[in-house]
Amino acid sequence: MSQAIIDLQHLAKKFGNQTVLKDINLTVNPGEIVGLIGPSGAGKSTVIKVTLGMEVTSGGSAKVFGTVMPNRQLLGRIGYMAQTDALYDTLTGRENLKFYGLMKGIAKADMTREVDYVAKVVDLTADLNKRVSGYSGGMMRRLSLAIALLGKPDLLILDEPTVGIDPALRRQIWAELGRIRDEGRSILITTHVMDEAELCGRVALLLDGKVMAFDAPAALEQQYQVKTIEDVFLKAEGVE
Amino acid sequence: MRTIGIMNRVLKELFRDKRTLALMFLAPILIMLLMSVIFNTNSSTDVSIGTISVSHKLNQQMADIKHVTVKTYDTKSAAKKALKNEKIDAIVKKNGSNYSLTYANTDSTKTATVKLAFKNALTATSINQLKSALTKSTKATVKLQAQLQAIQKQQAAATASAKAGSAATAAQQATSTKATSTTMATKSTSQKTPKITNHYVYGDKDTGYFAKMLPILMGFFVFFFVFLISGMALLKERTTGTLDRLLATPVKRSSIVFGYMLSYGVLAVIQTILIVLVTVWLLGIEVVGNMASVIVINLILALVALAFGILLSTFANSEFQMMQFIPLVIVPQVFFSGIIPLDSMAAWVKDISYIIPIKYAGDAVTDIIMRGTSIWHLGFDIGILLIFLVVLTVLNIVGLKRYRKV
Repeated sequence: MSQAIIDLQHLAKKFGNQTVLKDINLTVNPGEIVGLIGPSGAGKSTVIKVTLGMEVTSGGSAKVFGTVMPNRQLLGRIGYMAQTDALYDTLTGRENLKFYGLMKGIAKADMTREVDYVAKVVDLTADLNKRVSGYSGGMMRRLSLAIALLGKPDLLILDEPTVGIDPALRRQIWAELGRIRDEGRSILITTHVMDEAELCGRVALLLDGKVMAFDAPAALEQQYQVKTIEDVFLKAEGVE
Repeated sequence: MRTIGIMNRVLKELFRDKRTLALMFLAPILIMLLMSVIFNTNSSTDVSIGTISVSHKLNQQMADIKHVTVKTYDTKSAAKKALKNEKIDAIVKKNGSNYSLTYANTDSTKTATVKLAFKNALTATSINQLKSALTKSTKATVKLQAQLQAIQKQQAAATASAKAGSAATAAQQATSTKATSTTMATKSTSQKTPKITNHYVYGDKDTGYFAKMLPILMGFFVFFFVFLISGMALLKERTTGTLDRLLATPVKRSSIVFGYMLSYGVLAVIQTILIVLVTVWLLGIEVVGNMASVIVINLILALVALAFGILLSTFANSEFQMMQFIPLVIVPQVFFSGIIPLDSMAAWVKDISYIIPIKYAGDAVTDIIMRGTSIWHLGFDIGILLIFLVVLTVLNIVGLKRYRKV
């Protein structure tokens, strides 16, 4: 296996006196979808923030593309989707995409093509010229995902991307994520939906600021002697 | 490139938010219009002046002025009673050749009207007298020398009699308005005007200074709206998560700050032009200096307000908390801006005004509007404003590190 896209080693993060992350070891390889699951407050969002360089580590190392984070230039190769939709309501879908595209550094000549492509992926082409304030919750979520997909980033970091998206579209999005993986690009995804975790190449179970288990879903189920990831989750929490 | 992108986006957002735009552009106009209506109506208000032992001619002159009615009183106490009962707005009393004016001064515009009416009437009276004296003297050109001597004798006599007549008043200045002495004054060039003493029942001569307020008020509108709207905009950007997402792209922190500055700079220019035009056209305020200079100063002030708004928005967690900065930040700006004269304040209170940006903008704009000072001579005020701007901008760029470490 070539060099890991995300490489977190003994990562620790403190906010004042509060220790959020104790010892995180996590790698994401090229062409791999890694799921990050754990109860609320386990530190999933903090892992993402450190990976993006929004926060600095209190201990250990965080490397993305082999470079120590934080690093501003690298952000151009990462597609990020936050838990909140983070859209500009008064702008249209297209204007949102164009603005973020510009910020990501997509060349003007490629912009229209890029925008049209990601809009197609999330099935928003028809509504692209409507203002976001008139969008439904699901449409906003899709637009937000489209923004993350802009510019064909080598790494996608998605914070609960499928919340509020109907099953049909969710399947569609996962199909797209599968295609991205097959292109050799990597995805780090947090989720609460356990059957989505089954679709990941490997799953990291985050509990109490530590990675309790990190393996392929099937291996985890075997390890905990249960049938589903959901049971792994419950058992791990129960054991704790 | 990204800076321009951010500017375009912020402008687009702003111009689609019609209500906020209306607040920025129409609210100042509305307030100015209201002020103009209120102040202008008052300036053409009817005043009635009570006079005591004033010459018939002067009474007539005053009564001829529009909106002025004259009532004559025999005694001071009768006039004072009328003043107290709001029957009249001022008393003009003649002491020898001097005038003592007492104003109710509950309405500064009425006081100003009375002052103006009295002055005009007095000038008109003396001009009439001068005219008649002039015709008289031209007729007697040949006997000029002799007449002059006679007049000089007369002057001495008049001075003496005035001294004897009213010991309490400043006798050495007493002369002139009497027909006899005016004739003399035309020749002897040492004309002395009657001494006018002003008394105010309420307040003092500085009670009305709307004209002085205006340049500061202009800056205040710019500061207030830009501060509030930019602060809210960045707050919204923070609470909706767009700031985080923006910072998850390779954009520089400084690009975000500069993008905001450019867009709000554009807005501030439009707003200032509008306010200046309203001031000049609706309020009829005379701008002595260069209007472009006024706009430049207000633009710098707007940028300071913007940087200030963005900085303070990081200390607010909601729109309501942002509003809470108004009494803390905006209201003191008004107090120390110079709208209220600083000279009368204690020294330590005065010192506070040195950290108030509006004060410098107000000083500079006042100089431009009222004294026509060139912008190149306002280096100090502009310099201080620029220091505010640079410091606040740097703080903002560094402050964004809170959200992304690079």
